[in-house]
Amino acid sequence: MVLLETSHLTKRFGGLVALRDVDLVVQERAIHSVIGPNGAGKTTLFNCITGFLVPDAGDIRFSGTSITGLRPDLVARLGIARTYQNIRLFRHLSVLDNVLIGLHPHINYSLLDAILRTPRYRRAERAAEREARELLAFVGLAGKEFFTAANLPYGDQRRLEIARALALRPKLLLLDEPTAGMNPHETEEMIRLIRRLRDERGITILLIEHDMKVVMNISDVVTVLDFGEKIAEGTPEEVRRDPRVIEAYLGRGAASGLGPSTLPLPGEA
Amino acid sequence: MIVRAARRAIFIGLVAGIAGWHLSLVGLIPAFAQRRLVGDTLTFSYALLIALLALAAFATGRRYPGAAQRIPWGVLSALVSSLMLFLLALLVTHLNLRQILLNATPELARVLTFGGGASGAGLVRLLLIGLLAGLFAGGLSALPRPWGRVIVSAALMTLLLGLLRDVLGPLLPRVVTSFLYGTAGLSLAGAVVTFLLATVLFTLRWSLRANAVTARATAAVPATVRQPVIQALLLLILASVPLWAGLFLSNVADFVGFYILMGLGLNLVLGFAGLLDLGYVAFFAVGAYTMAVLTSPEVGQRFTLDFWVALPIAVVTTVLAGLLVGLPVLRMRGDYLAIATLGFGEIVRLLVLSDWLKPYLGGAQGVTRIARPSIASWRIDSPQEFYLLVLISCLFAWFLSVRLRDSRLGRSWFAIREDEHVAQAMGINRVTAKLSAFAIGASFGGLSGALFASLVGSVVPASFSLLVSINVVALLVLGGMGSLPGVVVGALALVGLPELLREFQEYRLLVYGIVLIAMMLFRPAGLLPERIHRRELEEAVEEAREIAPAEIATGRG
Repeated sequence: MVLLETSHLTKRFGGLVALRDVDLVVQERAIHSVIGPNGAGKTTLFNCITGFLVPDAGDIRFSGTSITGLRPDLVARLGIARTYQNIRLFRHLSVLDNVLIGLHPHINYSLLDAILRTPRYRRAERAAEREARELLAFVGLAGKEFFTAANLPYGDQRRLEIARALALRPKLLLLDEPTAGMNPHETEEMIRLIRRLRDERGITILLIEHDMKVVMNISDVVTVLDFGEKIAEGTPEEVRRDPRVIEAYLGRGAASGLGPSTLPLPGEA
Repeated sequence: MIVRAARRAIFIGLVAGIAGWHLSLVGLIPAFAQRRLVGDTLTFSYALLIALLALAAFATGRRYPGAAQRIPWGVLSALVSSLMLFLLALLVTHLNLRQILLNATPELARVLTFGGGASGAGLVRLLLIGLLAGLFAGGLSALPRPWGRVIVSAALMTLLLGLLRDVLGPLLPRVVTSFLYGTAGLSLAGAVVTFLLATVLFTLRWSLRANAVTARATAAVPATVRQPVIQALLLLILASVPLWAGLFLSNVADFVGFYILMGLGLNLVLGFAGLLDLGYVAFFAVGAYTMAVLTSPEVGQRFTLDFWVALPIAVVTTVLAGLLVGLPVLRMRGDYLAIATLGFGEIVRLLVLSDWLKPYLGGAQGVTRIARPSIASWRIDSPQEFYLLVLISCLFAWFLSVRLRDSRLGRSWFAIREDEHVAQAMGINRVTAKLSAFAIGASFGGLSGALFASLVGSVVPASFSLLVSINVVALLVLGGMGSLPGVVVGALALVGLPELLREFQEYRLLVYGIVLIAMMLFRPAGLLPERIHRRELEEAVEEAREIAPAEIATGRG
């Protein structure tokens, strides 16, 4: 079943076309990667899906309904969560509060309940805290609830960002370079975590990634963008052999047979 | 090495000397020469000069690891500063600068040389005091961990008590007063006793804090019992203020209360939601003028309402004003928001000042004969009685702040403050979050304004200047953004103290500037930082403690 679908998605910044006619179909429970050289429009695509940019043309449909131009907070409430390329936590708040803020749309009590601390308030807060702790345990941050977010080590910050996104109870999770700046060991753990998100929680993953090893390792489908256009799509193996992809990454000479015939993986080349 | 160290010491000494020149020539030093702190000799001016010399020595010494370097270089700095001060004394004695610099009087020369005058005797005196101050500062910083801090705190405490003689004297039992205080300031015996007591207290506090973790775990009384008891005691003391405080002190307490209310209100907007509102005085004015117009027989439709009817109307009006300000500035952040709100503050002041609205708001003359509240036959008239009303309002605002902070709405404010973009991506509606902060924050200001108008009995546009907004922001910065106890401490320090120390009035802004710069440099999180910030610091200390033994171990191995 199709969870997310964009058709003819186009976004211009002045004269620059960041996205041109991008058709993207993300199947439910897939791990779908978007790759492409710098400036290919990957993050713009994410910003259009999450409502922070309004596309100039085209349509975005999520679970069958159009979400084009919808306000970011409403998109989030529909079940699309995201993380950021450069980690963006609520740095001065505690780890627990970061996740509790993600639960914001799922906590229901009125202002008066909060002021009077009614049973309804207590119940909702207790349930929220339980869920937040459970999510932290899921990503491996149990016991760090009351650290200040900014004080966490880098890898933990990435995990916390994912836990916070999970708090929205998303159907679709957009991960923007989740392994950027990680050492091989941390990357390995992140790959495992992403798999568990899909397998244990049934969350569909749309992933921007530069590390080819990661992409080839976990993706069901890979979409390649270059200068705002989709130039290839398919299984990792198909994409690796696609001459247009090799050209985009390694230049024209490589594609005409002078270079490697597949996209090299780090450590292979 | 030695040349560089000497250059540094001389440079810092010169800087401190220039600061001394500045303070002298703007009149701060001569103005405080009459204020005696201890006995007949130690005036406030002398204390300031000594502090300046000691600071120079401390600033020079702090970069060196041991007393062997700290003390001599510190002393050199202090001596250079002393020489600078003497130079100024010479200048003002032998050159007539009074045409340009009003405060360059022979009297200043006498104060600067600690009574010695611009002569050899004065020079010797100044250098001697410089030497002592340098030794003192160097020695203090060379003491093991808590002691330097304890002694400085105790000394400051003693000076503060001396400074507050006229306020505290009448409040204390006669025996205590006559022992503690002389004809002006503390008596010598009183000073010694105060200093010793303060030393003991600060030592105790420090050792308690050092053992806080174990103390909390092993305390005989659990926190769930202890906290309400402490709170009840505090409340009792606060409620009893009108009984022991006189008219003047109650008045000061009322004004501190008005600022606490405003501080709590702005804290929601700025401390929690991170929206820098520089026009907060607008809400204070709206509350005050609503109260005035509704209850005074002088203006408008000439109808008068009872205070208790007008109060909720004033608060609701301010909430509407908060929404009105909030709506157009929703998309603005940081600097732009600050400028826009600054404009709103001025607009409100100009509106109430205008001839156009004069029939309704009284123009420059303002509105008088504003109603005082009464309950049954009890007319709440004096500042003492009014204080209870202010106290209840502050407690209410505090209560609301706590409840909001711990709620979903409070968390959405924090999220907006930390990162507006991400907050939206977490499903937070930016419009509702920001508007609610503005509206609720404004209501506290409106309440404060309404009470203010009623207590004073009149409102004039001049009471609602930009300075009020700046005061409120400054007290938040001083106390610690987002920290509720910080608001109270900030209001006491920035509003209460200057009221008590009349000489300060003229130099209020100068002192503000110095205090704020010092805060930014040394305690950027404020005097009583918000809990999470403090936790961060404690963790850093913990880490340092954990690392230190490990390093020692590896060093030995």
